Amino acid sequence: MSVPQQRSAGAQTIGILGAGRVGTAVARQALKAGYEVRIATAKPVEDIALLVEIVTPGALAVTAAEAAEADVVVLAVPMHKYLTLDPELLAGKTVIDAMNHWVPIDGEIEDFDNDNRTTSEIIQAHLPDSRVVKTLNHIGYHDLEADGRSPGSSERRALALAGDDDGAKATVASFINRLGYDPVDAGPLAAGRAFQPGTDIFNGSHTAERLGAIMAAECELAGV
Amino acid sequence: MELGAYSFGDTPRNPDGSLRPTAESIRNLHDAIVLADENGLDYFGVGEHHTLDMPASSPGTVIAAAAAATKQIKLGSGASIISTDDPVRVFQQFAIADAVSGGGRVEITAGRGSSVETFPLFGYDLADYDRLYEEKLDLLMRINNSETESVRWSGTVRPAIDDLAVVPRPVNGSIPIWVATGGSAPSSVRAGKLGLPVSYGIIGGAPARFAPLAQLYRASAAQAGHTGEDIKVSVAALGLIAPTKKEALDRFYPGWHNLNIEMGKLRGWPAPDKRQFLAQADFPGAYYVGDPDEVAERIVDLHGHMGHMRHFLQMDIGGLPHEHFLESLTLLATEVKPRVERLLKSK
Repeated sequence: MSVPQQRSAGAQTIGILGAGRVGTAVARQALKAGYEVRIATAKPVEDIALLVEIVTPGALAVTAAEAAEADVVVLAVPMHKYLTLDPELLAGKTVIDAMNHWVPIDGEIEDFDNDNRTTSEIIQAHLPDSRVVKTLNHIGYHDLEADGRSPGSSERRALALAGDDDGAKATVASFINRLGYDPVDAGPLAAGRAFQPGTDIFNGSHTAERLGAIMAAECELAGV
Repeated sequence: MELGAYSFGDTPRNPDGSLRPTAESIRNLHDAIVLADENGLDYFGVGEHHTLDMPASSPGTVIAAAAAATKQIKLGSGASIISTDDPVRVFQQFAIADAVSGGGRVEITAGRGSSVETFPLFGYDLADYDRLYEEKLDLLMRINNSETESVRWSGTVRPAIDDLAVVPRPVNGSIPIWVATGGSAPSSVRAGKLGLPVSYGIIGGAPARFAPLAQLYRASAAQAGHTGEDIKVSVAALGLIAPTKKEALDRFYPGWHNLNIEMGKLRGWPAPDKRQFLAQADFPGAYYVGDPDEVAERIVDLHGHMGHMRHFLQMDIGGLPHEHFLESLTLLATEVKPRVERLLKSK
């Protein structure tokens, strides 16, 4: 199930929407991996310049439009603010949905609670022309910077990814690999249900082999 | 460096693990604060949770009682969930406790809360999460900074106050108001811009990771023109002190396990993992669990990264036996504190 590394699909620039704990952790890890990183929030650039300079040194504070020009755009805003994401800016882009909606933490949000789709499918519907890949939602922001290992390391941690566009998934798989994790293709975007909050994959830390086994077992249970 | 503790109340447990009456936890908490004061501890924080296992739901009430029963210890909330409370009432409760204390010992720490239990309880809509916090903190600061008892304020989350009296006034004119954050960069910027002291709650990972956030907070404050003694940092973390490291681990683990089970039910936390506990309980982890030497060394190490002026620990979790809580408080005041002072001086 493991996605082969596709260096040719490699992105060079990463745009991150959101400068909270997840956004800044992804930024630092991407900088370590050698990417050019741009960070944007809903605030004017000058308002986040100091934050970016101190918390993610090496990254650029930019507007959302400039972040959206990157090869890969990471969505790391609070889930209930997803409607503020501009579909036009993100049209045609490879977009990583790193967000989670977790009722015990976020409370109930009508858009999600009365909908059987996964949150990433709802995000994809809001961004119809983007190529959404769900990943990075199931690793803690502490862990993201601590658990990364070079390819081939024993016990290297794996991260699942789900999306409907194979090209986008290959690009994201390469990104995940450079961040220090084995990418494991979980299938189409809807398959991201297997690593939403509360699942074994979400709660644990797994190698690619183990992650694949958990997903295979779940498919069997579901009779797929 | 000030040392202290904080608690949300910890409901004692029966031998079979079931919870004893919530009122017992409040009595235990009160006794612990009094003992901490007698032993010379610098600070005690009371946090607001609304759960069966953590029932100190009204920090101002606990603090008012403690203010009457203590002589020197500083008392604060950690945190008051102001988003779902009335800042006028919060201010009044703490101003009264300040008067009872003799003045200058009572502080408010304002937080959004890491949980959302207070929203249904007090009838607020989570969709207003950001606006409630921002406006209510603004009102709290307006009242606190007022020269007189007369307050004027208007906003969208509660009726305007048009030149009405909010009494009593604090003994020293105002009450220290801190901002609590779990460590997001935008929160650090906000606290700095407001010119308020900031309290970082560090519940996992390596605490030194928070160093850039403290730097960002100070730089944001300086950029906004805020200097002086209000620009300061405190750190709240989990921890327990015992005569030996082994005892500290053995005493703290069962409660940590229980807490994770309870939080798992409420907030979907994963099942507790002892390896994770042990990793966090050793340097450079986030749990200050150990003998006085180790805990002192780790606090001083973090001081090298954060420059914080207060380090305080949540000790009583998951039904920690009361005597272990009291011994830990006593060791913090009488054994850890002199070591921290000595180590800081020799740096």
